[in-house]
Amino acid sequence: MNNLLWLVPTLPLVSFLILALAGKHVSRVWVAIIGAGSVSLSAIITLIIGISFLSLPPATGNYSQTLWTWMQVGGFNPKITLFLDALSLIFVFVITFIGALIHIYSVGFMADDKDYSRFFACMNLFVFSMLLLVLADNLLLLYLGWEGVGLCSYLLIGFWYENPANGYAARKAFIITRVGDTAMAIGLFVIFYQFGTLVIPDVLAKAPILWHQGAYMATITALLLLAGGVGKSAQLPLQTWLPDAMAGPSPVSALIHAATMVTAGVYLIARMHVIFQLSPIAQMIVAVIGTATLFIAGLSALTQYDIKRVLAYSTISQIGYMFLALGVGAWTAAIFHFVIHAFFKALLFLAAGAVIEALHHEHNMFKMGGLKNKLPVIFWTFLVGSASLAALPLISAGFYSKDQILWYAWASQSGNPLLWFIALLGAFITALYTTRMMILVFWGEAKTAIGHHPGKLMTVPLIILAFFSLFAGFIELPHNFGHFTLFSNLLHQVLPETVLKAGINTELQFQVLASLSTFGGIYLAYIFYYKQPQRIEKLKQSGFAMNLYFFWFSGWGFDKLYNVLIVKPIVFIANINKNDVVDKLYQGITFVTIRLYQSLSFTQSGSLRWYVMGLVIGAIIILSIQIML
Amino acid sequence: MKSSISIEMVMLLAGLLFVLGIAGVIIRKNIIFMLLSVEVMLNASGLAFVAAGSRWAQPDGQVMFIFILAMAAAEVSIGLALILQIYHQHKSLDIDKLKEMKG
Amino acid sequence: MILVYLIGILMGGGLLALMLGQWNKNLSRWIALCALSTGFIALLFFWIDQYRTINIHLSNPWMIDYRHDWIPLFGISFHLGIDGLSLLLLVLTFFLGILAVLCSWNDVKERVGFYYFNLLWILAGISGVFMAMDLFLFYFFWEMMLIPMYFLIGIWGSENRVYAAYKFFIFTQASGLLMLLAIIGLYFIHGRNTGIYTFNYFELLGTAISPGIAFWLMLGFMIAFVVKLPIVPFHTWLPDAHSEAPTAGSLILAGLLLKTGAYGILRFVLPLFPQAARELAPWAMLFGVIGIIYGAILAYSQTDLKRLVAYTSVSHMGFVILGIFAFNELALQGVVMQLVTHAISTGALFIMAGMLKERLHTRDINHMGGLWTEMPQMGAIAMLFAMASLGLPGLGNFIAEFLILVGAFKANVLLTIIATIGLIFSAIYSLRIVQKVFLGPSERQDPVHDFSFREIMVMAALTLSIVWLGLYPQPVINTVKPMINKLEYIFPIENKNTQKENHQATPLNAHQYRVKKQE
Repeated sequence: MNNLLWLVPTLPLVSFLILALAGKHVSRVWVAIIGAGSVSLSAIITLIIGISFLSLPPATGNYSQTLWTWMQVGGFNPKITLFLDALSLIFVFVITFIGALIHIYSVGFMADDKDYSRFFACMNLFVFSMLLLVLADNLLLLYLGWEGVGLCSYLLIGFWYENPANGYAARKAFIITRVGDTAMAIGLFVIFYQFGTLVIPDVLAKAPILWHQGAYMATITALLLLAGGVGKSAQLPLQTWLPDAMAGPSPVSALIHAATMVTAGVYLIARMHVIFQLSPIAQMIVAVIGTATLFIAGLSALTQYDIKRVLAYSTISQIGYMFLALGVGAWTAAIFHFVIHAFFKALLFLAAGAVIEALHHEHNMFKMGGLKNKLPVIFWTFLVGSASLAALPLISAGFYSKDQILWYAWASQSGNPLLWFIALLGAFITALYTTRMMILVFWGEAKTAIGHHPGKLMTVPLIILAFFSLFAGFIELPHNFGHFTLFSNLLHQVLPETVLKAGINTELQFQVLASLSTFGGIYLAYIFYYKQPQRIEKLKQSGFAMNLYFFWFSGWGFDKLYNVLIVKPIVFIANINKNDVVDKLYQGITFVTIRLYQSLSFTQSGSLRWYVMGLVIGAIIILSIQIML
Repeated sequence: MKSSISIEMVMLLAGLLFVLGIAGVIIRKNIIFMLLSVEVMLNASGLAFVAAGSRWAQPDGQVMFIFILAMAAAEVSIGLALILQIYHQHKSLDIDKLKEMKG
Repeated sequence: MILVYLIGILMGGGLLALMLGQWNKNLSRWIALCALSTGFIALLFFWIDQYRTINIHLSNPWMIDYRHDWIPLFGISFHLGIDGLSLLLLVLTFFLGILAVLCSWNDVKERVGFYYFNLLWILAGISGVFMAMDLFLFYFFWEMMLIPMYFLIGIWGSENRVYAAYKFFIFTQASGLLMLLAIIGLYFIHGRNTGIYTFNYFELLGTAISPGIAFWLMLGFMIAFVVKLPIVPFHTWLPDAHSEAPTAGSLILAGLLLKTGAYGILRFVLPLFPQAARELAPWAMLFGVIGIIYGAILAYSQTDLKRLVAYTSVSHMGFVILGIFAFNELALQGVVMQLVTHAISTGALFIMAGMLKERLHTRDINHMGGLWTEMPQMGAIAMLFAMASLGLPGLGNFIAEFLILVGAFKANVLLTIIATIGLIFSAIYSLRIVQKVFLGPSERQDPVHDFSFREIMVMAALTLSIVWLGLYPQPVINTVKPMINKLEYIFPIENKNTQKENHQATPLNAHQYRVKKQE
């Protein structure tokens, strides 16, 4: 059944082509059927392939399917080859499955939009590109998918194009990720010259032979790839685009900016883990970036009033956890958190979208409130998602994945108490802002009337996602607690096992601490936002607190910094040089010529006698010169 | 037969005539007189040719003079015709009034 | 003989269009279209026919060689010959020629006959440049494409056309004269060395020239080509000429005329003066990189749509020069791809700029915006070509730029990194085009109509080509492969040298060396 693999990305592509070329002539029902149906079909095929892959694993642990040779120049011959192993299977599963749910949700969510077919065309193209990204067997094809998802992200952030702010956000997203992509492209050049190939398995096989542990080139390559990942996954210092990217429709935020595309960086690092393992420095940097990001973004999430921006910052923060896990060598933990995060964050975004639509496109949480009884389905599913995000112990999937990362941040060989402590603090902050969001949206008194209730098409995907947000965690249980390792067993075909420090054997106190931090966050939010809101008012009086608030609110001033350091100077130079300073040189030449001819044309007076005089004087001068010499 | 007039004298005369012609062209305002002065210059050079031809006993001098004569004839006829036209158009033969070319 | 027919059909068609255009304007349009289509189809058949055997005769890249004496006294002959590169560029010439005729179908209303005469004679000149194997003949065609272009800009251009036409003419003519000097210099040096005075390209190859003189002669050729290409600081004629020229003129300028510069470097500068070219290489690459960044920044600041696209050409042509002087197969293949894909993508953008001008009567992007609502088709196509222009994988330009950068990376790491940063700038200006023209709020009252059938056909042809080149560029690569191999063969030392240098400078190639050993 594995040879059906090509169908998985092709179906969304075909659907994209149909909708893009003939979208005008297809009725809305058929747009929905084609758009959502193709992705659902892909999901089903993925299930079939997945089952056959798991029940009859190929001898090599992977399966590849070459469609055609892209090009062949000298020694450079990338092929269009799909490559399936445990890692890509998990990603493909998440992309198609969550993608299908979000498409179905979108059928309801976008029902009134005039650009219905354009929306589904872009979404399908996104799914195609993302699938290509994770199924690529060589880095060039991966780069195709990588840029493709960037394009779709751009198209969908700016989907409501009449508002220039959306276009601005879209361009910001594209250009900032492009900065990372460019570094990654340079990384590809380095890899090609080092290994003579861009085929991922070959590169991974050759890397340990060519490079010794800690080799200089390995660090450079790893850092260049990391830069690509940082851009796409909105990590420090390229994280500023993601909060603005919330300008797109909610399903887009759910699919692209939470569940799949922004985790491409995680995929890339996991996929190229051999190179990262060869460079402890680069891995350390990955961990530090992840930790710093999760902390900074968490605090920013705490101060937002726009519900989608809270979720955006929370996404940045959660991906920070994944980076932390990658950095400390907890490869499977990172991927596990990716899967769980995809479920609950997609759920949260979709639910938030439903809330926003129900409240006439109101994004401000302070104008919501009291929705607990009015939108029960949304409330319960949102609650489940929030619990998972806040890592509510034992019952939520998020607990199992995040706890694992916390534990490895301390216990793995490259772990470090400081990383662990900040991550723990991050967990506390996560619980705090999640609870704040829950309370503001669903409790208290209603401030905005409800427009219309979400239909079945929207609630059913929510319920399915909520189910997974609760129970998906049980496929991987801590070793002191069931020790069920289905997920990591599967992944260990591809990714190495995490090496633990010697002499640590109990995970229990870490689990207790993690639980305490979650409960602490929930309790604090409960006090501040529900029980004694006057404390917030008191806090607002203090100048320091307000300054801190605005600092965090603006995302730690990164936007301003880049604006002053990079954007302004370039725009300034571009604008003063609009008329091209080089052209001044040629204008100077013309100017001198014109002046010269003007001064000489003076002698052409039209007076015949002057000419004759000139002739005579000239003759005399020539003659006298001749005589004298 | 011995020539009593030295070539230098003839050349001096030719030079004088030529300078007179030039002076006429420069000083005169009337086109007809300017044309006359040009004729004087032509003949001055013709004289120089003839004198030089007889001094070195070469026929080339005379040949050149005949050329000059022919050219002068042509020039006068065309020149006069042009002057007539100019007079018809501008009702004036003053060269300073006729100049139209400027820088 | 097919080569002579190709030029003949263009010139003859031009004359016919001129004469019959007096009676019937439509007739000259159809004549131009038929002449170009016939040539295009003939070339396609020829290409397919040759393609089968292309990889068998790897050692001899020449496909046709036609020679007839012209002025034997001075060793001048009517000598045409093509190899893969010429063939490819000829196909491109006829392809864009057809599009140029189609996109000026309704646009040009005055002196239609003379217009198509000029159009066809420009194309004849360009085709001649791509075929001429006699340096005198080459110069003849080089000038021949100039003069009709001058008329095209000067007569059918927009407001500031006369200035632009002069500027274009003086720049290219002055630089062309330097090339003429260099050609004559080469002619005499070769004559003095061997006693055979000839302009024949093949005989002039391998002329022994003292390095000092060779450098100056090469510079003479180089300046002519670099002005045409154009490379900063010789680029300033380009924005003016492009923005003032009629749509078809811009299309031909961007798509073909610029390519003659690159073709000239590949065909003449490198093979005739390999040593001098080697000396020039670091500087040429530096100027290429400056062009990439400088063109992109200028493109960003423009408000005139056609000027903007013109500056993107400057940026893209920087890649060409960077790739040529990297002297290795990857980069050179990338250069050829860049020539073809840039012609298509920039051509498409110019055509759309022309269509917008036709509809809105302005080229100022500040007066556009929100056009997607009314013109979703054009918006989507513009988006596609903006993406091509910024090098989105899956479209032809990506292959070109990636190959150039990979190749150049081998020759000069630092410059390549800077050039790669140019990709960020290309994203900035490309997205600005789409944003300013198609997105944002619409302030227009009077409706504009989307593509007409003729326009759809034009854009469909371009779109298909750019996607095809992005996904399966192999036919192009294979066609020029023999020629590139030959070129690379001239510079084997260069390739080894840089490897050695890198070997010392960075540990990069030390590893590469080991890889090779293991293999």
